[in-house]
Amino acid sequence: MENERSFSDICGGRLALQRRYYSPSCREFCLSCPGLSLRSLTAVTCTVRLAAYGLFTLCENSMILSAAIFITLLGLLGYLHFVKIDQETMTSSYASGKESTTFIEMGKVKDIVINEAIYMQKVIYYLCILLKDPVEPHGISQVVPVFQSAKPRLDCLTEVYRSCQGILAHQKATSTSP
Amino acid sequence: MVLKAFFPTCCVSADSGLLVGRWVPEQSSAVVLAVLHFPFIPIQVKQLLAQVRQASQVGVAVLGTWCHCRQEPEESLGRFLESLGAVFPHEPWLRLCRERRGTFWSCEATRRQAPTAPGAPGEDQVMLIFYDQRQVLLSQLHLPTVLSDRQAGATTASTGGLAAVFDTVARSEVLFRSDRFDEGPVRLSHWQSEGVEASILAELAKRASGPICLLLASLLSLVSAVSACRVFKLWPLSFLGSKLSTCEQLRHRLEQLTLICSTRKAENPAQLMRKANTVASVLLDVALGLMLLSWLHGRSRIGHLADALVPVADHVAEELQHLLQWLMGAPAGLKMNRALDQVLGRFFLYHIHLWISYIHLMSPFVEHILWHVGLSACLGLTVALSLLSDIIALLTFHIYCFYVYGARLYCLKIHGLSSLWRLFRGKKWNVLRQRVDSCSYDLDQLFIGTLLFTILLFLLPTTALYYLVFTLLRLLVVAVQGLIHLLVDLINSLPLYSLGLRLCRPYRLAAGVKFRVLQHEAGRPLRLLMQINPLPYSRVVHTYRLPSCGCHPKHSWGALCRKLFFGELIYPWRQRGDKQD
Repeated sequence: MENERSFSDICGGRLALQRRYYSPSCREFCLSCPGLSLRSLTAVTCTVRLAAYGLFTLCENSMILSAAIFITLLGLLGYLHFVKIDQETMTSSYASGKESTTFIEMGKVKDIVINEAIYMQKVIYYLCILLKDPVEPHGISQVVPVFQSAKPRLDCLTEVYRSCQGILAHQKATSTSP
Repeated sequence: MVLKAFFPTCCVSADSGLLVGRWVPEQSSAVVLAVLHFPFIPIQVKQLLAQVRQASQVGVAVLGTWCHCRQEPEESLGRFLESLGAVFPHEPWLRLCRERRGTFWSCEATRRQAPTAPGAPGEDQVMLIFYDQRQVLLSQLHLPTVLSDRQAGATTASTGGLAAVFDTVARSEVLFRSDRFDEGPVRLSHWQSEGVEASILAELAKRASGPICLLLASLLSLVSAVSACRVFKLWPLSFLGSKLSTCEQLRHRLEQLTLICSTRKAENPAQLMRKANTVASVLLDVALGLMLLSWLHGRSRIGHLADALVPVADHVAEELQHLLQWLMGAPAGLKMNRALDQVLGRFFLYHIHLWISYIHLMSPFVEHILWHVGLSACLGLTVALSLLSDIIALLTFHIYCFYVYGARLYCLKIHGLSSLWRLFRGKKWNVLRQRVDSCSYDLDQLFIGTLLFTILLFLLPTTALYYLVFTLLRLLVVAVQGLIHLLVDLINSLPLYSLGLRLCRPYRLAAGVKFRVLQHEAGRPLRLLMQINPLPYSRVVHTYRLPSCGCHPKHSWGALCRKLFFGELIYPWRQRGDKQD
């Protein structure tokens, strides 16, 4: 079954959380970020063009104008390919279609927790997965944060946290019974 | 209990039959490798499976039945399939069924023995994971962390759920040799059933590579025997050989070519990748070198270069003369000690005069030398660049000499000053105890020591200025040579074959997998599609970079500054082997 709710991220932008329930041991959470806003795109393009025109009146070299067009296009492509996120689960899919995935096996997952961190001038909450250490049975080898680019707020994180703890508990119950 | 069944996508449209594969009890997952079609004789099936088990060390067995009903479901087939469970005992027994070419799947897994716990059901839930068999067979999994228990279990299937699946498919090549279109006793369906791709060029290349490798290996052994002969071990040639970077580069290339042309097969995938990367690097090098050669020899550019070389060397010498005249006057308004200034300045000016005479002596032969040097570019761009670096070193040899003179004088002065400063304070360096001890000097010792200290102290600015100027010039030359060496290093160590593989066949280098959930209905088993997640480019370069000459500066910035301050000579590159001091 599928469920969709809207939340907001740490900067105030709108996020949509989709929950899909497949089986007692399989659930999917998907965070969708808003698209590229026309206002910010127009603002950036106008600023760059005005600066280029200012330089042109100083230097009388028309190469500056063509260089400004080129830089704007390249910058937009780079932004779409490397920065702007369309959707995030364990896979981040960027606006240009590129996808980058992190995969963690269930056997390596020790626990899922919500941590607090100081990020620039804010204190934010983030969800992270703790991995088991192969050498030491009670140690933690790595902490993997999730939803890095979408950065949802605490209410969204608690929803995801509760469901994941449910799955972890179910997993532990079925693995201990023969 | 959830049971994971890995099912190859090529068998989705296969006819009904038996499922052949491996059961991994630790992850409770079944990896299906092929589907065995009717009719078959159970004895022959068991023989085939025993053969495959022995050849590949993978525990292949019959895991269950596969039923693909193209028409109405048949009752008799169902009962026949159930009775097969008695012929091939396996725990748990899988029953996969696909109805009528649609998306309706049903999966069941039964355990024959009664469960010990009272509440657990006799049937397990099955999760189907589809995988592309050909891609998983060819790909190589790069796990992110180095497993510390690598020694244990390296010969049998490795630990880790994913690695087990990849390992099983990769090692079961023996099973994939016979097909359902063959005339053998057993008919299997697997990735080869969709059609085997082969390229005639690749096959021809494989056949031809044996004799070619033998020929090249014999040639290379001849070359290395010649280069290892006694003449080259004598003093002048061995000294030159270790100092010139061209010889280093040629030696490196010779080693690499010997590695490529050796007739031994690569033992593991890492060695194979290294061989392939070396071949790609050598080919790129030679191609770039030939391009440079054609550019140089076209339109008599070598003539232009030779004509420009002598005036440039003259110009550099003249500029140095002007610099020395400036130092002999009042450089930057500083007041020098006139006598020492004149002595040092005249000494260095005489050197430059000698240098200019040598350059003029050599000028008729420059064009011929450059022409022959240009021919060396056909051995590779790296060789040409190393030659360029060596030529720069030879042409700026006088700057190197001036630096050494200035540094030695300065070093002597600093050591003298520090020792006399200790005398000035009434102390002495104890060589035995390696520390500073107090000492009572005689009056005449103190008198002469103080005089010498004063002289050295007042001559310090002059010497320091000469040292500073020539050190800066030397560092400039070293920086230029460093850039050239960096470029040579880059060409030597870039893993081109691996990068090309990552670009064109990304499934061959796998960092992991990703799952996609296929269309799901309530009550039906969960179906996932497993796709290979390719390795990011930075990790490809990091894992597969070739070992280069290793000509990196060995000391840190702090140590470098300390050496400069005390006037010790700096050798920016230790040539490989470190035989010289």
